[in-house]
Amino acid sequence: MLSPQIIDLLIKALIDTLHMVAVSGAIGTLIGLPIGVALAVTGRGELLQNLVFNRIVGAVVNMTRSTPFIILVVAIIPFTRLIAGTSIGTNAAIVPLTVAAAPFIARIVENAIREVDRGLIEAAQAMGATPLQIVTKVLLPEALPAIVMGLTLSAVSLIGYSAMVGAVGGGGLGDLGIRYGYQRFLPEVMLAVVVVLIVLVQIVQSTGDWIARRVNKRHLKA
Amino acid sequence: MMITLTNLQKTYPSRGAGAPVQALSDIELTVARGEIFGIIGRSGAGKSTLLRTINLLESPTSGSVQVDGVEITALSARELRETRHSIGMIFQHFNLLSSRTVFDNVALPLELAGVDKTTIRQTVEPLLDLVGLSDKRDRYPAELSGGQKQRVGIARALSSKPKVLLSDEATSALDPETTTQILHLLADINRRLGLTIVLITHEIGVIKEICHKVAVMEAGRIIEQGPVFDIFAHPSHPTTRSFIDPVINRGIPDGLRARLSPTPQPGSNPVLRITFTGEKATSPVISAISRKLSLDLNIWHGQIDEIQGAPFGTLVVEALGDATAVEAAISLLHVNHLGVEVLGHAVTANH
Repeated sequence: MLSPQIIDLLIKALIDTLHMVAVSGAIGTLIGLPIGVALAVTGRGELLQNLVFNRIVGAVVNMTRSTPFIILVVAIIPFTRLIAGTSIGTNAAIVPLTVAAAPFIARIVENAIREVDRGLIEAAQAMGATPLQIVTKVLLPEALPAIVMGLTLSAVSLIGYSAMVGAVGGGGLGDLGIRYGYQRFLPEVMLAVVVVLIVLVQIVQSTGDWIARRVNKRHLKA
Repeated sequence: MMITLTNLQKTYPSRGAGAPVQALSDIELTVARGEIFGIIGRSGAGKSTLLRTINLLESPTSGSVQVDGVEITALSARELRETRHSIGMIFQHFNLLSSRTVFDNVALPLELAGVDKTTIRQTVEPLLDLVGLSDKRDRYPAELSGGQKQRVGIARALSSKPKVLLSDEATSALDPETTTQILHLLADINRRLGLTIVLITHEIGVIKEICHKVAVMEAGRIIEQGPVFDIFAHPSHPTTRSFIDPVINRGIPDGLRARLSPTPQPGSNPVLRITFTGEKATSPVISAISRKLSLDLNIWHGQIDEIQGAPFGTLVVEALGDATAVEAAISLLHVNHLGVEVLGHAVTANH
């Protein structure tokens, strides 16, 4: 069985993971959502077509997304130090996690909005809606179920990424698994970490599915 | 005039190697206040583009679009949005927001216009009554039938108290029975509110049922337009005829058609199609002519229809008599303001 000390470590690691995922997910959404909306509405033939803007922002998003996460963590250390005041620890780890999450969420939001029936945009235009009203009253509410599913996916990805920030002393479940389970060869710790991660992902996924079902009014029975 | 389109042209620029597409050519069209104006054409005829120029969802390449005296093409973006509040639109696939209840869908145009909540409730509830959906107030579109969804669409289009309602194939996704109900609702709204309605359709039945005037489109042009009754009674373009023939049986049975020859043959008799409109549909002109000219008329086919509540009859007869008597009969029919055309010459059947 696990010793009380290990259980304490496990609880602290879980809290660290939740802290990192929640904060980076929240900030990532705050940044990613408007970028996703901007990408969706500036595309070819869209509401506010602006191909130059669309290509530049799209390229920046792609750059971040094509960098392997562990490389990103190390590559942006100066930036991390600038934002968090340090490059080590849980708070420092939130910076690269956010930098990875924001473009991911932006693409998810972009796709969700593009899936909204074009007829609805036309109907709103015919009613005299401004572009901003079309975004807030039509596109976002109609895309909400898809956005919720996408944010759930982002949260699960962030849980996975957060396991890598042990490389910069980020703490969390992944770090615990590597240091105690692997380096000190304590297989029961490794097992406990894996089980906690599985349960955590299950809870996040089920909660996300449940919310998405609640906000989706498209499949109601007549 | 509520709507005046003058010399309207719309060209889509070429994509890649393709030639530019002329979607609308030389469109001249006026819609009077309180009129139901139907535009019919096959898919790709340009009717959808034409309808969308009225609220400038499609901007014309050149030409003028006037709605209630305002030149729409000259408006700024903000003025155009203001004007669109007074032009309602309904769609083939309803275009309701799935995330909003029936009430909230109907309230949307008012929300967009910045109307306060009390006024919204006072406007939306009578409209739900009007379209017969008060009991579905808090339902979502997914819980409604097609006909109910279109009723929501109509209530939504009416909520900003428009002067004009544009209908884009509003009944094309509905079954025949629901189509009739929706058309009656539109006709009723037209009468009760004096609302001008412009609708596009590919179904001639829709035109016959509720329209006062009709324009027929083909390849981006209006090939014929006028009061529905006149166009149905005397279609001049083959495309118009192909729309009308299935609903107004102006044709002749196939068995008899086989006996028709386009030119006179030895022993053949001319076959005439006589059309009666309005009053004349019920007066005994045929027997009078027959008596007066001692011309025997062998009736092949006859039918009386009703268009917009006015009787409309066709009679196909074989005239058994010499050429002068037939000529005299034709001119007598003309004098009586009946339509007449020679369909061909009947060769005696081979028995």
